[in-house]
Amino acid sequence: MSEYESLVETRKEELVTKKELEVVGKPVPRIDAIDKVTGTARYGADYYFPNMAYGKVLRTQYPHAKILKIDTSKAEQYPGVLAVLTAKDVPGSNRFGVVFKDERILAEDKVRYMGDAIAIVAAVDEKTAEEALKLIKVEYEPLPVVTDPLEAMKEDAPKIHEHGNVFVRHKIRKGDVEKGFKEADVIIEREYKTQFIDHGYLEPDAVVAVPSGDKITVYGSFQHPHNARRIVALALGKPMSKVRIVQANLGGAFGGKDDTTNVLGARAAILAVKLGMPVKMVYSREEVMIERYKRHPYIMRYKVGATKEGKLTAMEIFYVANGGAYASTTPLVMFRSTVQCTGPYDVPNVKMDGYGVYTNTPFTGAMRGFGAPQINFAVESLMDELAEKLGIDPLELRLINAYTQGSTTPTGQVLDGHVVSIRQVLKKAAEISDWVKKREEYNKQSGDIRRGIGLACSFRGVSLGAEGPDFAGAIVTVMEDGSIAVASGIAENGQGARTVLSQVAAEVFGVPIEYVIFADNDTVITPDSGPTVASRGTIMGGGAVKIAAEKVKRRMQEFAAKMWDIPTDQVVFSKGKVFDANDPKNSIDFRELANLCYRNKVSLSDSGWFVAPEIHWDPETGEGNPYFSYTYNADVAEVEVNIKTGAVKVLHVYAVHDCGRVVNPNTAKGQVYGGVAMGMGYALTEEYLVDENGYPITTNLDKYRLIRANEMPEVTVEFVENPDPNGPFGAKSLGEPATEVVAPAVINAIAHAAKIRVRDLPAKREKILALLKKKEE
Amino acid sequence: MKIKLTINGRPIERDVDPEMRLLDFIRNELGITSVKDGCGIGVCGVCTVLIDGKPRQSCITKMKSVDGKDIITVEGLGTPNKLHLLQELFIKHDAVQCGFCTPAMILVGYALVRDNPNVTREQIKKGISRVLCRCTGYIPIVNAIEEYAKLMRGEKTS
Repeated sequence: MSEYESLVETRKEELVTKKELEVVGKPVPRIDAIDKVTGTARYGADYYFPNMAYGKVLRTQYPHAKILKIDTSKAEQYPGVLAVLTAKDVPGSNRFGVVFKDERILAEDKVRYMGDAIAIVAAVDEKTAEEALKLIKVEYEPLPVVTDPLEAMKEDAPKIHEHGNVFVRHKIRKGDVEKGFKEADVIIEREYKTQFIDHGYLEPDAVVAVPSGDKITVYGSFQHPHNARRIVALALGKPMSKVRIVQANLGGAFGGKDDTTNVLGARAAILAVKLGMPVKMVYSREEVMIERYKRHPYIMRYKVGATKEGKLTAMEIFYVANGGAYASTTPLVMFRSTVQCTGPYDVPNVKMDGYGVYTNTPFTGAMRGFGAPQINFAVESLMDELAEKLGIDPLELRLINAYTQGSTTPTGQVLDGHVVSIRQVLKKAAEISDWVKKREEYNKQSGDIRRGIGLACSFRGVSLGAEGPDFAGAIVTVMEDGSIAVASGIAENGQGARTVLSQVAAEVFGVPIEYVIFADNDTVITPDSGPTVASRGTIMGGGAVKIAAEKVKRRMQEFAAKMWDIPTDQVVFSKGKVFDANDPKNSIDFRELANLCYRNKVSLSDSGWFVAPEIHWDPETGEGNPYFSYTYNADVAEVEVNIKTGAVKVLHVYAVHDCGRVVNPNTAKGQVYGGVAMGMGYALTEEYLVDENGYPITTNLDKYRLIRANEMPEVTVEFVENPDPNGPFGAKSLGEPATEVVAPAVINAIAHAAKIRVRDLPAKREKILALLKKKEE
Repeated sequence: MKIKLTINGRPIERDVDPEMRLLDFIRNELGITSVKDGCGIGVCGVCTVLIDGKPRQSCITKMKSVDGKDIITVEGLGTPNKLHLLQELFIKHDAVQCGFCTPAMILVGYALVRDNPNVTREQIKKGISRVLCRCTGYIPIVNAIEEYAKLMRGEKTS
């Protein structure tokens, strides 16, 4: 029996012998929905404290300049101003960064993009703070600006940091691409480009720092409160024992409320410590758009070879990620792009070189998809272009090359230990969308309005992989009345973590979810569980909650077994009752048992620590097993293109995901619907623009266009549930898969409808119209 | 200037800066925080309130224009103890994720159905287009409002 087969067997055994799941897998309503529909949920900006000051940030006037002199004297004298601080006033470390320490709380001698902050002001109210900003005089020596990453790679380009503009190099060498291209009957070479994307969360970042003695509490919209604690403690020069972060409700994050929100927290904390009073800082939408990190624009050059039967023989890839002014998570984002650079296809010979480059544009970092949306857009467009060249149906071409159980990825990982379901997922997507019939039917259209149908798919590594330490913690406590408190560092961002992690605990104890209360992140109480990113909340957080809950359950089980004088394993927890599997007379309400245990001093609290299976990846050779499991995803999009106006309407999206066991079908579907909307924005409307001199153009939501309800198509969601041996109850990941293949499906559908190929996102109307005109000529 | 208005049925009389945004008045002066600030220029819609029954963006509404008006926020529709039917349906249809747009969406949906109980799915989509949502893809929100309209028409739903 192979490792995979034995794992599946164990899994099956566990799933079959266990009683039917009662809470997991059920469409349980969100436990925090009532807070949100009544407006009683508190977000960062909803915290008010007595004697509270307001903080504001002064940002640079130049995208690249030396700071010669900062004069804050006039601002300090302005009535109502309480403090004006610059880099020299940061009590602890002003420098930080996820991978390289190249970011600053406040700019020192240089600014590198328009979001760089120079000074912070606290005043009695927001208006006074804003007025005071105007009175700060800064002398600059402007430096030459570079915004194009290819220009920035050149020897003589303006240097943004001392260590040069190219700050990441990734490579893969598998087989021999020269040989592979010789074996090919068809070779095509294409360049694809993607744009800066803003997270577009609707809640602008907001924090309040509240000092108490020598300690400080910061409330705010932190996606990863433990990261915030690290940055605030560093900036204050205090140990973590003096810093407490309390996570407010998050008005969306999508990867975006980490680095820069932590910096905002640090700025407020520095002012609050200086003044000994609470300081609130809330960004305007413009500040969010200008300062915050974005999703990386990529330039991707693909050369692919295939036999005339459609078998891929070689792929050569060169890509450049625009890192903007600071490194942030770029090396990690690129790690994912690199591992997934061929898409879910068996390619015997692969050569890939990827570069991460500094420019004088907003820095780029984590955003839903994390290096996958760019690569997927390129690979999945390429597969359609290749299919057309070969005269093979795009679905067919994918099925010919898609991974199977035991396939080897470009990094040398053998896909095993989980079900490799890419074919299953593709076939399901084709089936529910009526692919074959529509593909054919839409080929025979005339008139101005033309329909098209397009396909795209992906494989995606689960959780962080070799990015960093991958673990999560949880504390589960049963109360005297049978209520259950669940605390985990995995955070509610809106995705439903509170609900899903509570479901896991409820399932273990065999009680309704109403018994559970979820404790939000408070860094004094909740264990650091790594960031709530990488679609890891359910698999990692759920894993930790399950371990903790099972420990407590075991002790309750032992207590009941002793009471009834039966073997421990004979005690069953189900539907709010605890009973003897062999004798129904021995039965007790869960709440009553909890109370008995409480009065008999049985420990009803425990912690769980879930560690991801060992993985490794060598960035030097590009080899290794970078992720412990993968999800498989396919989207089919149907569109209508007006070939006179270039207008595109997306009619229907069919989304199929193997995310392992679905813990909550409601929240899972919600992830997909939202992912589709975000993916459509990536395809059609969203584009954060910076001019060639480094000045931002799209600084509010009037110019940066998110998809609105009237543009939203109907969405059909199907889950292919292959339980994963590593996840709690077999769960894997979904948040990012839900958005990462939408854009190429839409673009491929446009190509099918209008016979034009958009190779740089987004496919705005004018761009489509220009391509249509060009085609006519 | 002296101003008189009602918020959620409660009469309010205050001396205010006529240029103050209604949004800031509601949040900072009255402490009603369900009304959110998302863009400040009236395009995202999360600051929507009902002014004399009509959905309006409170971030681009000045205090001088609301004298004598009747204003409703989501707190005026229902409370945790006594949910409004539409709030219940938002929970049922999982029309809530991060929740930042939720109060505005509920107010807009409520006004849509009140004005036209025969509102179609397409009209609902168009109607709620004045409020942005980044999480839900709108579909569950449309489903919730659609069922609300059906129930208001006296039709049976599942």
